Amino acid sequence: MVKQAPAVSSTSNESGVISSAEIVCEDVTRQFPNEPRPAVDHVSFKVAAGDLVVLLGPSGCGKTTLLKMINRLYEPDAGKIWIGKDEIHNLLVNLLRRQIGYAIQQVGLFPHMTISKNISVVPRLLGWGRERIADRSKYLLELVGLPQAYLTRYPRQLSGGEQQRVGLARALAADPAILLMDEPFAAVDAINRDHLQGELLQIHSKLHKTILFVTHDVEEAFRLADKIIIMQAGKLVQYGTPIEIVTRPQNKFVEELVGTSNMLRRLSLFNVQSVLEARSSQSFEQAVSKVGQTGPAVIHPQDDLRSALSMLLNSGGDSLKVVDQHGQPVGQISFNDLRAVLVENASKN
Amino acid sequence: MNYLINNFGYVSQLFGQHLQLTLVVLFFSLLISIPLGVLIVHIRWLQGPVLGILGVIYTIPSLSLFVLLIPLFGLGTTPAVIALVSYAQLLLVRNWVIGLITVDPAVIEAARGMGMNSWQRFTQVEFPLALPMLLAGIRLAALSSIGIGTIAAYINAGGLGILLFQGVITANNEKILAGSLAVSLLAVGSNYLLRFLEHRAETAVRGETR
Repeated sequence: MVKQAPAVSSTSNESGVISSAEIVCEDVTRQFPNEPRPAVDHVSFKVAAGDLVVLLGPSGCGKTTLLKMINRLYEPDAGKIWIGKDEIHNLLVNLLRRQIGYAIQQVGLFPHMTISKNISVVPRLLGWGRERIADRSKYLLELVGLPQAYLTRYPRQLSGGEQQRVGLARALAADPAILLMDEPFAAVDAINRDHLQGELLQIHSKLHKTILFVTHDVEEAFRLADKIIIMQAGKLVQYGTPIEIVTRPQNKFVEELVGTSNMLRRLSLFNVQSVLEARSSQSFEQAVSKVGQTGPAVIHPQDDLRSALSMLLNSGGDSLKVVDQHGQPVGQISFNDLRAVLVENASKN
Repeated sequence: MNYLINNFGYVSQLFGQHLQLTLVVLFFSLLISIPLGVLIVHIRWLQGPVLGILGVIYTIPSLSLFVLLIPLFGLGTTPAVIALVSYAQLLLVRNWVIGLITVDPAVIEAARGMGMNSWQRFTQVEFPLALPMLLAGIRLAALSSIGIGTIAAYINAGGLGILLFQGVITANNEKILAGSLAVSLLAVGSNYLLRFLEHRAETAVRGETR
């Protein structure tokens, strides 16, 4: 059992409603008994409302402990954590948790409850009306891409990937401004993980939740993150955008962890659009004039350059046609463009 | 069989007494064992000592426990209920504790993370998930109470044991047979009913029925 700090202090927030989805950690430290070093060691950072921030690091680096201090499943020994204007220890712990969605690797669905009951746990705790809960459950199931028929099923009747979708729906149930996710996709097979990551990105761009996402999977971190926090042995080593981390790693540890020399990873950080934009300032005329001569392979501006490389190699041609969502050609991209991106970014080191 | 047919009313009355004794014992046993189990799940170091003491109580021969209680509570159902409740504790507490500690930790973590308070966690998650194990304990406790309850007739607690004791003293095999049949019926019936409830609870926990 985890010890609970006193729930309310003198500066308690009366309504208990968090004022914004910004998260600030200030010198947060947590030492477990009989451990040689603190699991989390004087960590400070700020997550802007609406950002998807990934906590990345090897196992034992303290990323999960840090995450669990934000919804007070663990208590810090020192330091402060602010959500909006409130230090979280000034909020009633269960009211705080009901405003923060929480999804974990083992999902932890209640096996004796139907999917509909599972999803509506927090709304029921908050005393929502039956109709509102029913409407919300239907919406959520649709949001995570499951058929409505699942509402009356039980978790055991679902596959691992489907269960994690329900876990995500349950975390989003009461429309929390903040979502904490602890390696939620780590136990799902590769294909489902890929889908789930895509859906999370879609949901994030649609709902603008502040998401803190813990993972040890570097690919996953780079795919999802607006910003990445890299942790090592309880300390925050680097906090930055994926591009900053690849192009300016703080130290050897970060370099090795994210494989900054990995060219494919670099390519995956940029999308086709960025190449078109960079070039449009210089030789836009020339690019458009060549469009007619490219092969049948097409790519969209929002696809990353790694996919572009893969498609280039597949097509056997020298360049790809870039088309927008209506199928209108907007430019082309070639091996030279990809090489230019790598050279240009390598020189920033 | 003649005895049973001629004295059906009397045997039924004793059967009723025995059933009542068992139900009273189960009621008080649960009243004690459910909070006791929750307590020792939360205060881990109490588990060893508590289960140890209950284990020792369980090994005391029933007749001697009944007799030991007579100076304190006199004859009748009171000492019988106290003795049977003491015996039932080991079976109930042990099963209940196992039921509680085997609830998937991820489920508990999810419940806490979503902001259920400890009462909500207990009623909505832990209790229903530990219920099959508790019911298995209730079944064992009921059967042992029915069995040991026959001996309680020796200290005037009534029940079907009366037929057995009287039958032995007067060498009346018909009486012994009638008593045995009635006790068996009670035991088998209780077992069947509780088994059924246990099964229902298990399928509910596995999430396989509506």
